[in-house]
Amino acid sequence: MNQRVGVAKTESKWKLSRELVGKGVTVAVILGVIAFVLFLGYKKHFETRHYLQLAIDGIRGGSIYALIALGFVVIHSVTGIINFAQGEFVMLGAMLCATIYHSDLSLPPVLKLALAIVLAVAATTLIGVVLERITIYPARGSPVVALIIITIGATITIRALALLAWGTRAKWVPAFTTLEMEDLTFRFGGLIVKAQSFWIWGAVAVVLAVLFYFFERTVMGKALRACAVNRRAAQLMGISPSRMSLLSFALAAALGAIGGIVLAPATRPTYDMGLILGLKGFVAAIMGGLVSSPGAVLGGLILGAAENIGAGVTSAGYKDIVAFVILILILLFRPQGLIGGGERAVEEG
Amino acid sequence: MEQKEKGRDWNQRLNALGVMFLAILVGVIGWVELAQPFGIRFRDFTGGMVTFDTLIRIGILTIVLVGLNLLMGYAGQISLGQAAFYGIGAYTSAIMTTLASRHGVLPGVSRSWWWPWLAILVGMGVTGGFAYLIGRPILRLRGNYLAMATLGLGIIMYILFREGEDFTGGNDGIAGIPRLAIGSFKIWPIERYYFLVWAIALVVIIIALNIVNSRVGRALRSIHGSEVAANTMGVDTAKYKSQVLVLSAVLASLAGSLYAHFQALIAPTPFSFAASVELLVMSVVGGIASIWGAPFGVALIYVVREVLRARLHAILHGAGGEHEMIVYGIVVVVIMIFMPEGLTAGLAKALRRAKRA
Repeated sequence: MNQRVGVAKTESKWKLSRELVGKGVTVAVILGVIAFVLFLGYKKHFETRHYLQLAIDGIRGGSIYALIALGFVVIHSVTGIINFAQGEFVMLGAMLCATIYHSDLSLPPVLKLALAIVLAVAATTLIGVVLERITIYPARGSPVVALIIITIGATITIRALALLAWGTRAKWVPAFTTLEMEDLTFRFGGLIVKAQSFWIWGAVAVVLAVLFYFFERTVMGKALRACAVNRRAAQLMGISPSRMSLLSFALAAALGAIGGIVLAPATRPTYDMGLILGLKGFVAAIMGGLVSSPGAVLGGLILGAAENIGAGVTSAGYKDIVAFVILILILLFRPQGLIGGGERAVEEG
Repeated sequence: MEQKEKGRDWNQRLNALGVMFLAILVGVIGWVELAQPFGIRFRDFTGGMVTFDTLIRIGILTIVLVGLNLLMGYAGQISLGQAAFYGIGAYTSAIMTTLASRHGVLPGVSRSWWWPWLAILVGMGVTGGFAYLIGRPILRLRGNYLAMATLGLGIIMYILFREGEDFTGGNDGIAGIPRLAIGSFKIWPIERYYFLVWAIALVVIIIALNIVNSRVGRALRSIHGSEVAANTMGVDTAKYKSQVLVLSAVLASLAGSLYAHFQALIAPTPFSFAASVELLVMSVVGGIASIWGAPFGVALIYVVREVLRARLHAILHGAGGEHEMIVYGIVVVVIMIFMPEGLTAGLAKALRRAKRA
């Protein structure tokens, strides 16, 4: 560390100019990408409202990425693990919700849906807890690579179990407003917004508020944050890292499940939806520097909008490529995350 | 000091023994298949569960895994996109050997026997250059960042393979890739190809063992131990890391080309993110800290999968692909819980314990 400071002092002049060049390159890349997108849009005769519509639809998906990204951030900052099963929590939330809703309980639809949502979140959280106890806990102290492979193995098993339980057919969950398959749509000028979008944004806002309260105002939340800052020091203060690891998995599973449930009426959930959603959430977490919660949320929203616009101006087949091009650009030019905060993670790796 | 010298000598002798053992094993299996003594074929030994086809796949992936183990175990850099390098090799070979002759590019040359071999070399060059370009800036960062970048790269390449209809044939892929030949000697049927693949795999293992026991190998291990310390001792860590990434990419590309000529048909699926993950799983299950983990890891995962496919339905009535995947995932988790350093290190530890007792 000291050595680094010394180097920085003698090379400060160089560093400054290098930083300026770096900033210039970043700005040039961003402008280049925007110009390219506008050019493609121009060829397709896009108007401003087309872009706005794509962005609004994209931010809806992006909100889900934000929730998944928060799960990545919580687990990574507490345990150092990149949890590949994160996307499966989303799938479990959506599929369990659909299954419970379509079971033959004789309840009015509203109550049935509410019950399905609560039970699905609870069940997924429980699965997250069990997963941590039977796979991560026995391997605690192993190299992080081994732990990451464990989450991959768990992902394979969970997805296969889901295939066994639900088959390949897509399920459906009714829109929260109409309790039917068809959703209400609102028109603002030329823009179309589905009612479910408001549910999604509302859910994300509520979750963020609750998380803020949890991390800032409760002892447990503060213990989790302490563990993220310095595991060893937290342990010396009497915080059990094993309990915090359990808590982080529970939290991440609940976040994923909520994301899956609010998303379910907008897309028809399938057993294999988890992989790509998990990867996108991961990209969103990287956009936030992998340690910053606000960064992860912002990353998710930007990613959602960007990939939808990208797919709009090219073709649907290229939709998934946008996220990963952004991932590489972020790693090359801004590894500490869009709004910073990830410097420590970059240093420690 | 003397103790250490002795230890190294012992290690080298063990490695030589290992190479010899593997060479003899490959030779004997090949001989059994070719000569069929007493009418016994190789697959009879395994109850028809492991065939020559599987053995060739194990050989091809061993080449990829040797590179991946050098990168992960010795240089400590995780790659989640190795299938992309594998794919670039395969697609370069496929495009150069099919499209070139179909469109009459360089008519005399593209039909000669050495053209596919040249394609393999071109693929290795392209992949290596690509890895160098992506590696230099990314490897300045530490730890999981290479994993993230290679993850992105892998998925981008997969989508390009899938969507680039004109060059890659989209989802249908490219068919009609010719077999390899030397002069008029065709390296086919499957037994001949088996010998080619495993000969290359053995050479790759020998080269990798030599790298590990050389100045470069020591430099790599020092990076894995502590990058800051290695840097202070005058090791150009960035240079070495980028060289290993390029080497691993070149090996993956070589294996990809061999795969293309083996299948005669390639489609995007074997080069997807799931394939990269599977390579990583094989590598870690085998043990990243040793070159020998490579053949072990591939063979174990393949044999487990083949046995599950062939036998699971006998234990569990009506078991299908889902059941295989469930057991496969559990096996991976269990191995990682009990042998976090991988199978080779786990076995070595168990042996040492048995010796002491």
